[in-house]
Amino acid sequence: MSAPPEPQVLRHPLVRLARVAVRHPVVVPVGAVVIAVLIGAVIIAAAGLDPLTAYAAVLSGAFDPDTLDYTVSVWAFICGMALVAAIPLRMGEFNLGGNGQLVLGGLAAAVVAGQSGLPPLLAVPVAILAAAVLAGAFGAISAPLATRFGIPIIISTLLLSPVAVAVVSYLLRFQIGEKGAAVAQTDRFPESARMWALGDLSYTNVGLIIVILLMVAYWLVDSRTAVGFELRVVGANRRFGAYGGVRVGRLALGAMAASGAVAGIVGAIITLSAPYRLTDGALLSPGYTFAGLAAALLAGGRPALIPVTAVLFTVLQVGGAAMERSADVPRQLSDVLQGVVIVVLALRTVVDNRRSGEKGAR
Amino acid sequence: MQILELSFVAAVLLAATPVLFASLAGALSAQVGVFNIALEGQMLWGAFSAVAASYYTGSAWAGVFTAIVSTAVFSLALAVGAARWKADPIVIAIGSNLFALGITGFLMRVLFDVSGSFSPRGLQGLEKMRWLEGIPVIGPIFAGQTPLVPLALVLIVAVGLWLKFSPRGLRLRGVGEHPEAASSLGINVSGYQFWVTIAAGALCGIAGAQLSLGNVTVFTENMTAGRGWIAVAAVMLVAGRPLWLPVACLGFGAAEALGFRLQGVGAPQQLTDAAPYAITLLVLVATRIRFPARRASISTESTP
Repeated sequence: MSAPPEPQVLRHPLVRLARVAVRHPVVVPVGAVVIAVLIGAVIIAAAGLDPLTAYAAVLSGAFDPDTLDYTVSVWAFICGMALVAAIPLRMGEFNLGGNGQLVLGGLAAAVVAGQSGLPPLLAVPVAILAAAVLAGAFGAISAPLATRFGIPIIISTLLLSPVAVAVVSYLLRFQIGEKGAAVAQTDRFPESARMWALGDLSYTNVGLIIVILLMVAYWLVDSRTAVGFELRVVGANRRFGAYGGVRVGRLALGAMAASGAVAGIVGAIITLSAPYRLTDGALLSPGYTFAGLAAALLAGGRPALIPVTAVLFTVLQVGGAAMERSADVPRQLSDVLQGVVIVVLALRTVVDNRRSGEKGAR
Repeated sequence: MQILELSFVAAVLLAATPVLFASLAGALSAQVGVFNIALEGQMLWGAFSAVAASYYTGSAWAGVFTAIVSTAVFSLALAVGAARWKADPIVIAIGSNLFALGITGFLMRVLFDVSGSFSPRGLQGLEKMRWLEGIPVIGPIFAGQTPLVPLALVLIVAVGLWLKFSPRGLRLRGVGEHPEAASSLGINVSGYQFWVTIAAGALCGIAGAQLSLGNVTVFTENMTAGRGWIAVAAVMLVAGRPLWLPVACLGFGAAEALGFRLQGVGAPQQLTDAAPYAITLLVLVATRIRFPARRASISTESTP
């Protein structure tokens, strides 16, 4: 099929420039965010509220110097949960069970931290390690379920997650929780088992450094090792990867274990930070799992972009609460915008198809 | 004793009905090769729009109608994206599930100025079929149910037979089985995918309406609570064949109804809440050991 002759207008240099610009890889994610912001503005306006005031409140709330400490800590958690989503995403799988892995990490950390026998230098590392092992093992269950029994990872993680959440909730209320408290929660951990502070900051602590180290590790593995290459090959074309000798089953097991372990570490960090106790539901109510997933999707799983896209969803998360207080716009708008960003991103194939169509025509 | 057993059957059916509708939606999508995991969000939107419309019009059936139409519109993103533009249905579904969760909570705050749950005085729920009361067996099972409950069963059988025996049903299955072959026979593949996805949205609308106006008469934030995912699992369980759906969904209904009973005798709520998910997964594993996966069309791996 031959391409129809181009109309005169399309040969104009400016039009050509625009066409080249549209193909730049940054266009799609930025475009998705812009469209989401516009749709959000329409929704706010339709609700009879002022979009500009709302968005101004989001920004000023997120970057308020007094609470920047808190914003940075949320950024670290969202970066961590973005890693959780990004690792399996790299090989084309979805881990939607971040919630279950997160609370299991919190549980393991709380159990270890509750033992006052450990020396101060050991308590935190052991708690984090225990969280990583428990949550990693739990995440890894999904890999054999997919490779042996053909149950997609996205389904098994989603079905396993509420089970873990319920079990942790049960243990908190009836087994390890504070006796006689109205809220199901553990006692406050001893001084020795709290996350090490960074200076005199009250929210951000060594957890931030741990998350940054995890991101660096992911970047190194992704770009410099055979495993990272295999992940990306399988993600691009599973059959080609298998044909090329990649053991997909083992790779999936490793990816899911790593993904779960990171979720566990995030859960441990949150639990061992202020207010130094594990409370039923406290790990899940901020919605870090799906904010992280959105950040990972927006970054396309690319390690270098995750810190950037995580900023966006941190602003939405922290600023959303501020927007509710000062502009009276319900904070659920943050979820709405996250959803819109993801849908618009998925619909980018319109651009892709046009691109490949042009290539085919040449 | 018999009354008690029949009332348990009724409870199982009640718990299973929203999942039945949603899983029929999922099974139809699977038959045309669209991996539809947007059921959860669509059901939630259906539940909300049903309650909102029933509140504004004072008629529960207007609520059901609104849920059907508005959820079909809601599913346009998936239908256009997956069928026409060949976008990844999984990513669209994840996004639209999040969107549904956010927008229902947002609208509840903006329109009704409440958060958490919305059950205003005088909100009309669907009428129960009280006129069946006198009939033995059928009475105790169906008299306390909305007409949507038997409709679910009838619809599933009708769709199952239609898929099996009608020419259009055959074409529809062909689209999922082998898109290229179907296309070369002159079947409009993306057209079938588009309209089936829209129909799936409408079915999820009914599922949501039954949940919020039939099972209870209230809308609560995230009230679907994973039922859409159970429906997706049920579709996998039956390998997309609708006629087997009642078996899978009634199993889920039994787990939920049994959970309520066990709570009544003092079992902790947390563990009975987890039971349906754990049982669904275990049954999925068990059937896969017995019958290894036969069809590729409902795996997440797309073969374009």
